[in-house]
Amino acid sequence: MKITLKVWRQKGPSDKGRLVSYVVDDVSPDMSFLEMLDVLNERLILTGDDPVAFDHDCREGICGMCSMVIDGTPHGPQRATTTCQLHMRHYKDGDTITIEPWRAAPFPVVKDLVVDRSAFDRIIQAGGFISVPAGSAPDAHSMPVAKNDADDAFDAATCIGCGACVAACPNGSAALFTGAKITHLGLLPQGQPERMARAKAMVEQMDAEGFGGCTNTGECVAVCPKGISLDVIGRMNADFLKSSK
Amino acid sequence: MNRIVDYTVGEPIRDAKAPTGPIEDRWETRKFKARLVNPANKRKLHVIVVGTGLAGGSAAATLGELGYRVTSFCYQDSPRRAHSIAAQGGINAAKNYRGDGDSIYRLFYDTVKGGDFRARESNVYRLAQVSVNIIDQAVAQGVPFAREYGGLLDTRSFGGAQVSRTFYARGQTGQQLLLGAYAALERQIAAGNVTMNTRHEMLELIVSDGRARGIVVRDMVSGEVETHLADAVVLATGGYGNVFFLSTNAKGCNTTAIWRAHQKGAMFANPCYTQIHPTCIPVSGEYQSKLTLMSESLRNDGRVWVPLAKGDARAPGDIPEDERDYYLERIYPAFGNLVPRDIASRAAKNVCDEGRGVGPGGLGVYLDFADAIERLGRDAVEEKYGNLFEMYERITGEDPYRQPMRIYPAVHYTMGGLWVDYDLQSTVPGLFVIGEANFSDHGANRLGASALMQGLADGYFVLPATIGDYLADAHRFDPVDDVAVAEAEISVRTKINRLLSINGTRTPDSFHRELGRIMWEFCGMERTEESLNKALELIPSLREEFWRDVKVSGTAEELNQVLEKAGRVADFFDLAELMCVDALHRTESCGGHFRAESQDADGEALRDDEHFAYVAAWEWSDQGPILHKEDLEYEYVTMTQRSYK
Repeated sequence: MKITLKVWRQKGPSDKGRLVSYVVDDVSPDMSFLEMLDVLNERLILTGDDPVAFDHDCREGICGMCSMVIDGTPHGPQRATTTCQLHMRHYKDGDTITIEPWRAAPFPVVKDLVVDRSAFDRIIQAGGFISVPAGSAPDAHSMPVAKNDADDAFDAATCIGCGACVAACPNGSAALFTGAKITHLGLLPQGQPERMARAKAMVEQMDAEGFGGCTNTGECVAVCPKGISLDVIGRMNADFLKSSK
Repeated sequence: MNRIVDYTVGEPIRDAKAPTGPIEDRWETRKFKARLVNPANKRKLHVIVVGTGLAGGSAAATLGELGYRVTSFCYQDSPRRAHSIAAQGGINAAKNYRGDGDSIYRLFYDTVKGGDFRARESNVYRLAQVSVNIIDQAVAQGVPFAREYGGLLDTRSFGGAQVSRTFYARGQTGQQLLLGAYAALERQIAAGNVTMNTRHEMLELIVSDGRARGIVVRDMVSGEVETHLADAVVLATGGYGNVFFLSTNAKGCNTTAIWRAHQKGAMFANPCYTQIHPTCIPVSGEYQSKLTLMSESLRNDGRVWVPLAKGDARAPGDIPEDERDYYLERIYPAFGNLVPRDIASRAAKNVCDEGRGVGPGGLGVYLDFADAIERLGRDAVEEKYGNLFEMYERITGEDPYRQPMRIYPAVHYTMGGLWVDYDLQSTVPGLFVIGEANFSDHGANRLGASALMQGLADGYFVLPATIGDYLADAHRFDPVDDVAVAEAEISVRTKINRLLSINGTRTPDSFHRELGRIMWEFCGMERTEESLNKALELIPSLREEFWRDVKVSGTAEELNQVLEKAGRVADFFDLAELMCVDALHRTESCGGHFRAESQDADGEALRDDEHFAYVAAWEWSDQGPILHKEDLEYEYVTMTQRSYK
């Protein structure tokens, strides 16, 4: 297949950035999207051009590092799929694909498609944990957890912290990410002692980082590669309100 | 660059520092005898931890909790991304919650046996003891393990085990455990006990007055070369499976940190012990950038088969039952589809070599869930393996609920690594190595669900208990030698400049791919004297070409992923050579190291305990590697030839 790419190129945070067109003419349908970019980059290196910088690591959809807006949609057209798991069989010969970085003020561009997502780490630092120093835990069976609660907590805990939710949100809100962690820990008995303090601290940090407010547009859920539910935002808001009383 | 690859034999390692006495008391004895550091003094002691996977993340968090001043580094944009996150199947622990006959002793026994009698008894026993604490710790942190309707933890049996001791969180156990360690780490960062440096890559170890006292790193965003000094350095930088280019490792996984340390005096143990995982998605083309594992938990319910006849090109559904060969069940009736990884991998290779493989190029076997779906129902299968099935469909475009998966072995884990003593200290005082980066607990073959166990055992429980004994002397350490620091920095800058100045005609990836092909073909699933000698011819010549003709674009003072890659490939060349030397010298077969010359009449790996019951610890020298042998003694588990028939 012959594919035309329009790729966002930006030398650094202060560069203005622009879309640059490239043609890749030997794309196989079994290639992953990132393997197609590998092919492009190999060519750019040899012609002395700067290859396209992009974040990626595990390439199996779990590390959360890859982060591209593909034709306007974070992680591209396939639902519940990270960029690295998107394959070229979803495209056809002659297609033009536009690739941009996550766009949100709290995620400044580092270079090309690479952005700085350390704001997410700071939201976790604010309270996304249960305070239990190593070695101090009671026997694991001393605290049974209803299977439904454990399953729901797990569903929220599958968030990979990629930031697609923020990139998709017209407000640049991090409510799905923050709500997922608050829900995961808040559903478990172990998470109860710090539950309200956690919700308050994490929401405040989210605001301090400059993420926008949630207006329930649901764009986040539509692009989330792990299918995190909008319910987590309701839970976050409920816990935050209770914590503020 | 052509080094002589002959090796010399040096002094044996006589003492790995494990306490003596009854095996069940040794860890308690060591902890009690380890000197303690006064809490007020801990704040003055600085520890560097490189890597934030299960081992590094849990170690940095725990050292922070204990009151040490910790500086942590990772090459990713967040500590949460380390490749432990991709572990799917589960984590072993001798909880015996099922009452099915499990015990610490049985987990110990299974691990020593599974490792084909090439691991230390003392270490493995401690691992089994600590395993129970890990589950308690993880549950208290909120790790959402699978549970039964009664609210208690569910377990399953896992490759090579006849008891149900594997705790799991759907197919994402590594992710959930890592996020637990990450949360603990972020808590310590918030508390000011740990300073985190993301997007930093360690490029050199600083050794001063014979002790590890710091590292040189490159800030991968600005390109700045920085020096960080400390009282001790902990490497938790993972395995080196990417020497094969194609592996299940993340793209960024590399050997540079441990290889630099090796060149600074840390011995490298058993580099040839690599684990080939039997259940990966087969290669689809030349452009392939990595391989994806399908958790071997799938083998609990999936049945492995190939057509009975060679070259049978029918669709799997059109092949009648009596024309299928469920070869694992046939050859290994007792263990069937659950035989250990090395056995399952080699069996797959054998049937493909016979021309009975399936899929593109005949490099694949079926893993079929039709029986499980009929027996348990689709919902139950989905509950257990849903995310794995989805992942498979995304990559291959095939639906495993309707047609069998195609799988093929791929490099997955490296049992070798830097040599460490019972305290997890390397041969460089003050340099500790934990997790997959060390060699310690898995012998020649790691059992399924034991990597997560070892990483967390090292990070949460073992290292934090042993490092204090070393740091208790820190007030007597000399100031760090300026010359040692300057030399380390110069060596980093020189290498970077050299890579940038070659301006040749081949990309780093093209060299890496070619090196990987050499390793897979000649030092892969099956090795012979001839193949290894061939590899030892090819590697130096390819390395020479690399240093003459590699093209690294861009500059050192920017985010430059080509430069990062080139530096890692350069170290993989040297490591590849040592792996082949080790594989060549070990003329026996054991675990993941299969020498075709050493097999029994049934084609099973044949150990040579008389000559090879030792750890091969290699010392770096300009004149070629020096072999130091640490003899392995088995007081509790009788050495037997493994049989899974």
